[in-house]
Amino acid sequence: MFDAMSPKTGARYEGRVTVAEAGLSGMITLRGALDTIAQPVADATGLEVPDTLGIVEEGGRALAWMSPDEMMLFCAYEDAADLAARLAEATADEHALVVDMSDARAIFVLTGAETSLRETLAKLTPADVRPEAFPAGMVRRSRLAQAAAAFWIANDGTLRVMCFRSVADYVFALLSHAAHPEGAVDHF
Amino acid sequence: MLILTCPYCGVAADETELAPGGEAHLRRHGPDSSDSDFEAYLFLRRNPRGLHLERWRHAHGCGKWFHAARDTMTMEVLGTYPAQVTAPPPEIVHASDADTA
Ligand SMILES: [Zn+2]
Repeated sequence: MFDAMSPKTGARYEGRVTVAEAGLSGMITLRGALDTIAQPVADATGLEVPDTLGIVEEGGRALAWMSPDEMMLFCAYEDAADLAARLAEATADEHALVVDMSDARAIFVLTGAETSLRETLAKLTPADVRPEAFPAGMVRRSRLAQAAAAFWIANDGTLRVMCFRSVADYVFALLSHAAHPEGAVDHF
Repeated sequence: MLILTCPYCGVAADETELAPGGEAHLRRHGPDSSDSDFEAYLFLRRNPRGLHLERWRHAHGCGKWFHAARDTMTMEVLGTYPAQVTAPPPEIVHASDADTA
């Protein structure tokens, strides 16, 4: 048996903002009509279905809106398999799908001044990341240079960036480069 | 640069976040159709100078297909609307009428 490894274990870059890989994270994909998944998820986690483009956090877990028929549940890595099994059982009679996808993606945590966090993103994505268009509690799925990514500002003020495992190396390099200490644009 | 608002998630998506799907509202002609109908379905597209109804997918986003009405000459976007229809909604038709009047 192999030990589970996050895509960029221990990766860290300190520039205008600090880019660090989140390490092993539980990620459960929920698909189906969101109102049919809502109750089982609320029973298991206490989290309510977020608004369109929203993310709700509570007690170390988070529930993100991904599309009109998809959400992602974030939890501790060790809890994911159990939680997914419980939710799959609770939604067995619905046209819904619950899968533990924890190893499919990478999450990077960016810390620093909010203006610098926004600037780091803005260098890489066509998405509007001004505060009025991208407030805390909103998940924006877009791209960072050539890779698909989702990002949001968490309750703790950090910027979370999620991408597929296969492009974790590339995205870490992008973020690090965009956060270079001498790369300030000071747009925000 | 083209910016289209996805009718499902409301995101004003940049062209590079979208995948193009070509002309909208094509009527499928299957194996029982005439050769000319089948050829037209497969190969013949309008390519107008002016209003064009087209399909796009919010690929780097919520992943949904939707429709857009765009002027090919001015790049003006008259609106976007959901995929589950076979014709544009009245407000798009009116907007395009007003445009050419
Ligand atoms: Zn969308």
